Amino acid sequence: MSDSMTATAVLDKPAGEPVSQPVTGGGSKINDCTIHVATVNGSGSQSSNTVLMRSIFQMGVPVSGKNMFPSNIAGLPTWFTIRANKDGWIARKKEVDIMICMNAATAREDVMALQPGAVCIYDAPLNCKGMRDDVTFFEVPFAKLAGELSQDSRLRKLLTNMIYVGIVAERLGIERDEIVNAITKQFKGKQKAIDPNVAAIDKGMAYALENLPAQHRWRIERMNATAGKIIIDGNAAAAIGAMFGGVTVVTWYPITPSSSLCESLIDYMKEHRIGPDGKATFAIVQAEDELAAMGMVLGAGWAGARSLTSTSGPGISLMAEFAGLGYFAELPGVIWDIQRVGPSTGLPTRTAQGDILEVHYLSHGDTQHIALIPCSVSECFDFAGEALDLAEMFQTPIFVLSDLDLGMNNHMSDPFVYPTKPYRRGKVLSAEQLEELGGKWGRYLDVDGDGIPYRTLPGTDHLMASYFTRGSGHDTHARYSEKPSDYKATVDRLAKKFQTAKQFVPQPVIDRRPNATIGLIAYGTTDIALEESRYQLRNEHGVETSYLRLRALPFTDDVKAFVEDHERVYVVEQNRDGQMGDLLRLEVGDIQHKLRKILHYTGLPCDARSITDSLLQMEKDGTRVIKIGLGAEAVTQTIGED
Amino acid sequence: MAESVLKLPNEAAAPKENRLGLKALDYQGGKSTLCAGCGHDAVSNQIVRAFYEMNVKPEKVAKFSGIGCSSKTPAYFLGRAHGFNSVHGRMPAVATGAMLANQTLVSIGVSGDGDTASIGLGQFMHLVRRNIPMIYIIENNGVYGLTKGQFSATADEGSKLKTGVINDLPPMDLCALAVELGCGFVARGYAGDPKQMVNILKAAIAHDGLAVIDVISPCVTFNNHDGSTKGYAYSKEHDELLHQIGFVQSYEQIEIDYEPGTMREVTLHDGSRLLLKKLEEDYDPSNAVQALQRSHKAIDDGAMLTGLIYLRPEKKSFLTLLNMTDKPLWSLNEAETRPPKEALDQIMRELM
Ligand SMILES: Cc1ncc(C[n+]2csc(CCOP(=O)(O)OP(=O)(O)O)c2C)c(N)n1
Ligand code: SF4
Ligand SMILES: [Mg+2]
Repeated sequence: MSDSMTATAVLDKPAGEPVSQPVTGGGSKINDCTIHVATVNGSGSQSSNTVLMRSIFQMGVPVSGKNMFPSNIAGLPTWFTIRANKDGWIARKKEVDIMICMNAATAREDVMALQPGAVCIYDAPLNCKGMRDDVTFFEVPFAKLAGELSQDSRLRKLLTNMIYVGIVAERLGIERDEIVNAITKQFKGKQKAIDPNVAAIDKGMAYALENLPAQHRWRIERMNATAGKIIIDGNAAAAIGAMFGGVTVVTWYPITPSSSLCESLIDYMKEHRIGPDGKATFAIVQAEDELAAMGMVLGAGWAGARSLTSTSGPGISLMAEFAGLGYFAELPGVIWDIQRVGPSTGLPTRTAQGDILEVHYLSHGDTQHIALIPCSVSECFDFAGEALDLAEMFQTPIFVLSDLDLGMNNHMSDPFVYPTKPYRRGKVLSAEQLEELGGKWGRYLDVDGDGIPYRTLPGTDHLMASYFTRGSGHDTHARYSEKPSDYKATVDRLAKKFQTAKQFVPQPVIDRRPNATIGLIAYGTTDIALEESRYQLRNEHGVETSYLRLRALPFTDDVKAFVEDHERVYVVEQNRDGQMGDLLRLEVGDIQHKLRKILHYTGLPCDARSITDSLLQMEKDGTRVIKIGLGAEAVTQTIGED
Repeated sequence: MAESVLKLPNEAAAPKENRLGLKALDYQGGKSTLCAGCGHDAVSNQIVRAFYEMNVKPEKVAKFSGIGCSSKTPAYFLGRAHGFNSVHGRMPAVATGAMLANQTLVSIGVSGDGDTASIGLGQFMHLVRRNIPMIYIIENNGVYGLTKGQFSATADEGSKLKTGVINDLPPMDLCALAVELGCGFVARGYAGDPKQMVNILKAAIAHDGLAVIDVISPCVTFNNHDGSTKGYAYSKEHDELLHQIGFVQSYEQIEIDYEPGTMREVTLHDGSRLLLKKLEEDYDPSNAVQALQRSHKAIDDGAMLTGLIYLRPEKKSFLTLLNMTDKPLWSLNEAETRPPKEALDQIMRELM
């Protein structure tokens, strides 16, 4: 077997022909379906889609909602996918069971992408029924129904969306009470908004009852799997985590998909972080660009504040020079990267895990950064506080790699756990401590042997407190130096500090199965699909796998051990080249031939079936890299203006 | 030519110690590594003097800079203050962040004409727009000293490099730009006129808000020859004073008699007084239009306009607008920044 990962296959199957899809009988599927809503962006469908998703959640059924929207304000196609699954598998699924066609521009493609046996509810003028004969069509005269509800054309447009919610709810068996509850929540109890929306739901339900044929294939029935759970997006979760983690200085420059992190932070901070005297225990600044946002974060960190900024790929690129300064001059600060797709502007509103290498090595020279990688909203919450601690402990920029799927889509979770541990502020010498030391200290001296030096903050009232921070060469006492020995000592100590970090970053989560010869490695949102894929492999194919979920860079020693202990290790991630796979190859060295890559990078969240199919094929024919093809989602290829 | 500084009556001889009991030596920094005669060193000397005479505790000061010969200078003054030599053109962001973390710091930034007018122009403009309370000095020599003498964006049209290259682009007037952007304190000094410089610096220390000071600071190595318009000889000849400047500390009991209409007196944030004595033409530094007119005319005339170009001490700084607690943000602890468990419980309930 060759050592290199050059053999590449592309899995590209026509729609509706899954390799390993279990055959389903004619009976009805309870609490297991995907609903796909195709609309035009700017039509206000967001709130009705949220209501539909929430009502399923309130029925006790695990559910997820993913928005696939264009980088545009109005007029381009947008899709919302809801997946309900009794077993809790709520990653994106390629196969659509119930399609709601509201967009003339994509109706044909939307219908053609359906699997045989699916249900399609469509707006009457789109006349979808002639397009296929293996799909059940429900025609609905939305304009006429909405016209009966309101004279106001703007309101009619919004109510149209609520009517389809009523229709779907009625055909699936979602209780009206739960929809009303979801509407009440959505419109924050404002009766004036609630009433017309409930009327629209009733309109839809009544229409379905009177005019549409029955549908027994998919049902939503009350269960008890969501009691006590919350629904939240990762950006809001990160914001809450940062607030309870004691962030004080926040800077940002708007960019999808990261803006909502700082925007929700502003809201939460205004509510919870204004003191009794009416004064803020924080400063939030909208910077002029990401260079400035990063500079402010590092300036604030230098002066002792717990600081953060949030951005996405293009902003990360702009931050590069400062990231190097932060590494070399040893300045704390937290940078959230909510990853989006592609080089350059790419697909601003789609998801990927493509910034791994960029972030890890951001900036020139021998720069290396610590990165945390949350896979869930609760980890977004936890890592937000953790990152602030690590930044101060290690006196270096800490990156947190989230992505659009995690950051902007809604995810179910147990409620977040209140942090009780004190903040870790790192090695900061006060005036009193300096006095005890007789004023003898060196900013970049490795006193403790862990590579982490001590610092003082500007303003410290001691004769010996000051030092000069610079990105140019310096010695242990922060004096300018171009001496070869000083430079080497500095970067060697920084490397040591990086080694020390291994013990303090979130450790990987490892699920070892006895007798499993196959290992899987993934990180971030890939986890959502990967766990489901493992279930499919085990239950449908008898293939047992062990799984290591990475949660940070640098790698800990467990990682190599995991690779050693398995015959083949599949690294599953959402970028074209397998960036983490490449880092792992460097990490494991002589056993790198064990590594395989499964890559998904269409801009849509990875799905379980694609991973399962790829892995089975690779097991069969020894393929080393699979770049998952488009298959059923080829339909989304029509978008993409920016 | 007129004196640039106002002679004040019964001015005491400089004391050996300031009001904090510190000596001028306590305000010194490391040894300069700049070329002998470089204007930047002259500016550093006046910074030392101004902070000493203004009784500013050096430990309370934070020094910032970008990259360039000029940006090296914070290492050469106020050694007892923390310093931060950041990246090229990005000092404003770093200083802004530090001030957010600790608004009690007294901030001074030193930049160059390359650092500010080219790579850092955007950040400079936003610093002005935000009115971050700090002193921002541009040591302006018309060239990039550290990269060996290329023209900068403040080089005058028609000025000549040593190599004979002529600059055909118009100069950027950073003072005029700062006025246009609403900066509350804009002045120009000249490294060859230490007395005027120290008065401008003291007024800047007394001001609450951003103080932009453009200092013509000759580069003796790359821009001090015949044909250069930012050298010592040319600057001395073309210095055009807006007024004579006098500075009176808040605690000084100095009364000055003057003929009506010949003197403007401005009380600064800390209670000290700035005296501006009329020369040929009356100049009102609170009038932005007049400031711009004089600035444009000076460029047309090839003159180097010095003095207090624009002063609006009442402008609110960004830190005031943020309404932060009096305790610096860096020093807040868990009790002050971690909302209680009930707050998290409430947020969680809303998400259920
Ligand atoms: C990103 C970046 N680009 C280029 C440089 C090279 N560089 C160093 S100093 C400088 C110009 C400095 O000119 P100025 O600010 O006028 O300072 P002076 O040396 O004249 O005092 C340049 C271009 C750099 N350090 N960083
Ligand atoms: S090169 Fe010019 S600016 Fe730089 S130190 Fe020498 S004289 Fe000063
Ligand atoms: Mg210069």
